Amino acid sequence: MNIQTPDYRYHTLVVTVENKSGVLARVASLFARRAFNIESLAVAPTDDDLFSRITVVVDLESAPLDQILKQLDKLVNVVEIRELHPGYAVERELMLVTVSAEPDRRDEIVEHLDRAGGKVLSVGTDRMMLSLVGLPARVDEFEDLLRPYGIVELQRTGRVALATLEDNDGPGR
Amino acid sequence: MATEQMDGGRALIRALENEGVEVMFGLPGGAILPVYDPIIDSSIRHILVRHEQGAGHMAEGYAHATGRPGVAMVTSGPAATNIVTPLCDAYMDSVPIVVITGQVPTGAIGTDAFQECDTTGITQSITKHNFLVTEAQDIPRTIKEAFHIATTGRPGPVLVDIPKDIVDPLNPRSAMTWTDDVTIDLPGYNPQTEVDPEVIRAAAELIRASERPVLYVGGGILKARAADALRELAELTGISVVTTLMARGAFPDSHDLCLGMPGMHGNFTAVTAMQESDLLIALGARFDDRVTGRLDGFAPGAKIIHAEIDPAEIGKVRRPDVAILGDVRLAIEALVAELATNGTGDVDRDAWRSKLSGWQERFPLAYEPWVPGDPLKPQYVLECLRDGTPDDTIVTSGVGQHQMWASQYWKFDYPYTWINSGGLGTMGFSIPAAIGAKVAFPDRMVWAVDGDGCFQMTAQELVTATVENIPIKVALLNNSHLGMVRQWQEMFYEERYSEVFLSKDVPDYKMWAESMGCVGIRVDDPEEVESAIAMANEIDDRPVVIDFRVDAAEKVYPMVPSGATNSELMVPPFQQDQPR
Repeated sequence: MNIQTPDYRYHTLVVTVENKSGVLARVASLFARRAFNIESLAVAPTDDDLFSRITVVVDLESAPLDQILKQLDKLVNVVEIRELHPGYAVERELMLVTVSAEPDRRDEIVEHLDRAGGKVLSVGTDRMMLSLVGLPARVDEFEDLLRPYGIVELQRTGRVALATLEDNDGPGR
Repeated sequence: MATEQMDGGRALIRALENEGVEVMFGLPGGAILPVYDPIIDSSIRHILVRHEQGAGHMAEGYAHATGRPGVAMVTSGPAATNIVTPLCDAYMDSVPIVVITGQVPTGAIGTDAFQECDTTGITQSITKHNFLVTEAQDIPRTIKEAFHIATTGRPGPVLVDIPKDIVDPLNPRSAMTWTDDVTIDLPGYNPQTEVDPEVIRAAAELIRASERPVLYVGGGILKARAADALRELAELTGISVVTTLMARGAFPDSHDLCLGMPGMHGNFTAVTAMQESDLLIALGARFDDRVTGRLDGFAPGAKIIHAEIDPAEIGKVRRPDVAILGDVRLAIEALVAELATNGTGDVDRDAWRSKLSGWQERFPLAYEPWVPGDPLKPQYVLECLRDGTPDDTIVTSGVGQHQMWASQYWKFDYPYTWINSGGLGTMGFSIPAAIGAKVAFPDRMVWAVDGDGCFQMTAQELVTATVENIPIKVALLNNSHLGMVRQWQEMFYEERYSEVFLSKDVPDYKMWAESMGCVGIRVDDPEEVESAIAMANEIDDRPVVIDFRVDAAEKVYPMVPSGATNSELMVPPFQQDQPR
């Protein structure tokens, strides 16, 4: 467990937990019980099916990072916690969005999408379904761009993250 | 490797036997019924309680007194919810207990079946860990893991929820193969006990340089069996000791270096020594709000050494200057070795010592003397009880005024003689806890000091005590009120008494005690106190209840008002003119 001086409000923790039923509930209930705020949460099994990996972004205005790490570590099913320093992590988030798109506005939307690096998944008579994978901040921006067109339905995954490679000397983004 | 085919119920009982369980407290019901059958043939003594809360507190009392895990077993649904309070109590006070609850069959889970409740969900945040076992084959390993978690690191309660189908021999899902070779599998659980020599040296440096050090000792000392090590450290360094409510007895009250209890109702010297200290050496203590008072005014000039097994306690409330993570007994032993080898320093602490003894002289624990016509003083009852019982008497208490007086006026010279509910403050704790302690030590005297409010919450367990031949004694300090609440209303709510008067004469405690098979005695007059206690001490074939009718106007002093700093400690009126 690597405790760093918190100089950002949101920190990303990668929590390796035993892949057992109820473990996500334990983590979530700990956050609720101790009044720690979660900004985003993503969970899925790892390559080893004994363990799952939770990527959680915590809000340090609600509690000091040190307490959050130590309380999490007390959960018996929590095997390892890594704090990903914002400057040294590769973070991505996936957004699926259905947006109102009358035929005469589609080109505009596709132009935004291309610039952001997203994909058109499906086109209907007056709607389009798009996907975008990117830095959470870029996904935010794209969401803002789409809003005037009319967002019909939207789902974001919450961020997932990996540490930058050790031999990569620059901060990863 | 020896293997044997059996059902999950038998395997559960055998797993408990293998953990060395000699006694368990419980009450059967539908879902746990199959596990009660093999109890008939087991070496484990089962004590049938009258309410599941009693089973949990008895397990706690047993664990407090012995250091070994207490075990309780109850059925599903309402039984599980009834034992929630003891689980939370044990969680707050780090008491090692293992609670086994029945659950509806695995196929019925989630269907709102009869007596189903989400026991592991409900108890998640008040257990150190809990398990829902879904396969009979997993029972032995889970029991082993439960005991391991409950008793290692910072001790605490562990709950094991057992669905009926995996223990019922009539159900094929209960079939399993017993093997003696079971290993625990807890990759995320590795409490750190060893201490870092580097921080020990840093702590020793602070101790050597301190002019006004205080050893602030919490319940962790008792959990770590560190009382002897603590005494060595105190005597080697000549540093005075305060013992918190959870640590009373961890250092002898009769020792010259003992300052007694700190906190909201601590004595003046203990509270003020901490306030004025330049170094608090916190050992197995967690800076509870009842100890610190208003935090921003707590021990403002003190550096902090914090020795603690639970990493999350370090820095939770007050940031330490030196943190010693690990088993507190090992930490103290390492400190003693370091200080013995490299010296305890040569700071002159005479001025500090004379300050301490001056406070002790001017502000002893005291109450207004009784004058003829006054009702009986509760403090006097406790002094008589203290003086009229053997030194190794185990005292339990409920929660409220009687608890504070017992902690203040008793003289605790041995560890594990004081058992109470500190963190959760559970009214009704004393009688079942006393039963648990008496079961562990049938040859020792066990007195439950109780209040009338508390007594009415768990008195039915005296039936258990009578029937199971567990002759505890109860000193009921009966002031007809919820006394501590009454005290707050008197002091902070302009004497507007709201819902604190219980009744002058209902129930009749003597008759109630007798109806439960106990000897009941009523005492109104100070002159009868000693003889009543002597009489109770002679009775060893059944429980005794003495209904002491005490003064409802009597208040617990000293007191730090809620929200005030410890420097604003209120002493009793007759000490208020003393110079601080």
